[in-house]
Amino acid sequence: MMEWKKKDLLTLEELSKEEIEFILETANSFKEVSTRDVKKVPTLRGKTIVNLFFEPSTRTRTSFELAAKRLSADVLDFSIGNSSVSKGESPVDTARNIEAMKVDCFIIRHPVAGIPKLIAKEVKAAVINAGDNSHEHPTQGLLDLFTIREKKGKIKGLKIAIVGDILHSRVARSNIWGLTKLGASVILCGPPTLIPLGIKHMGVEVTFSLEEAIKKADILYFLRMQKERQDEIFFPSTQEYVQLYGMDMENLKRGKRGLLIMHPGPINRGIEIKSEIADSPASLILEQVTNGIAVRMAVLYLLVGKRGKND
Amino acid sequence: MVKEVMKKAEMEKIITALSKEVLKEMGRKNLAIVGIRKRGAILAQRIAQRIARTTKKEIPLGALDITLYRDDFSSIGPQPVVHRTEIPFDLTGKNVLLVDDVLYTGRTIRAALDELIDFGRPEVIKLLILIDRGNRELPIQPDFIGKRLVSRANEMVEVKLKESDGMEEVIIIKRK
Repeated sequence: MMEWKKKDLLTLEELSKEEIEFILETANSFKEVSTRDVKKVPTLRGKTIVNLFFEPSTRTRTSFELAAKRLSADVLDFSIGNSSVSKGESPVDTARNIEAMKVDCFIIRHPVAGIPKLIAKEVKAAVINAGDNSHEHPTQGLLDLFTIREKKGKIKGLKIAIVGDILHSRVARSNIWGLTKLGASVILCGPPTLIPLGIKHMGVEVTFSLEEAIKKADILYFLRMQKERQDEIFFPSTQEYVQLYGMDMENLKRGKRGLLIMHPGPINRGIEIKSEIADSPASLILEQVTNGIAVRMAVLYLLVGKRGKND
Repeated sequence: MVKEVMKKAEMEKIITALSKEVLKEMGRKNLAIVGIRKRGAILAQRIAQRIARTTKKEIPLGALDITLYRDDFSSIGPQPVVHRTEIPFDLTGKNVLLVDDVLYTGRTIRAALDELIDFGRPEVIKLLILIDRGNRELPIQPDFIGKRLVSRANEMVEVKLKESDGMEEVIIIKRK
């Protein structure tokens, strides 16, 4: 058995296959804790974990908060709405100020790629990247890998099609790194304007046809259409997008037997996927949410658990 | 230096005798057996099987992983690998037999008791140990003992079971 050595979790790009598998194995043990009557273990008692969110987020923040609380850590919420960020302080200074109050871990979301890494270099506390623009969202990638492995019993040899706005998606990037490292093949599917040039270098296949993706895939992973990031026009109309890339029951029938549907949430019903798909037995969406807690507990345990004194 | 202190035949005899003693002292009504991973869980399973054979009634069986309840997290070093805890029945009102292979400082049992009590309120908890090697650091004593050994701090007592180690024996390893 290996031991965990990294101080931070910033990307799946920087993790080895063995490190990813170790986190998934650890998460498997943590899943049971959330099924108990007393959903709490004393493991991180006395540790302080800070949610440092420079961008609004509800579900990721909530998932981390629950994960930390189930490990008995104290959680401090530091969000842009109630902070001094608007007073001109740099993100590194903000983190250093909070660290001066003796905290053990930062969970950071920031609208600029690379900021969590920048902060990680400047603080002794552990740093977890909870999303930095369209760069990475490693715990989302890990919980998706965990869900796939749990459902299919393996990852190696599977074909996973990621459908939608690849260009703006940190979820897609973390998943591409994780899936390819564990031996799955990845197909990216979406309108040409939303698939970045050169992404084939990541070792993926690209198609503009949902039909083709459905035929090849064992799992279809739909990304949320991020309306808040569409300040430019990437496709003529939402109706056209739905017609070309929206998922419905008819489409599902054309796929392989046992084809499964995933989505990182929040879902836009009727855009990426219809309700009949979101609520069908093929959908893993709510299981992804459940598994998110176990995976984040595992990551917190590995990063924060071993750190003795805050010195 | 390695010294063998128990062979397969003796281990089997002791486990059978302990199972009989447990049944006699605790009765089968409301009895549940919980082993501490990993070798305590294997021993728990064997004892449950032996008791079930006598009583013709299945005994509720669980396994504890006490990693998350350890008291040595703040000491520097890599943290141990976490395994699953499985208690597939309600502990409240049960007469619980807690099983481990070796009893030493008592800290593992302290953690196991904390974890058990988070799962419910057993009527009673009793402790069964295959090897008691002394040197307690906490006021914890077993109710059923397979064998007592005198050991020193620079020695390690290892119980090997075929399910986990492919062989059956108890050895003392002396570190230099």
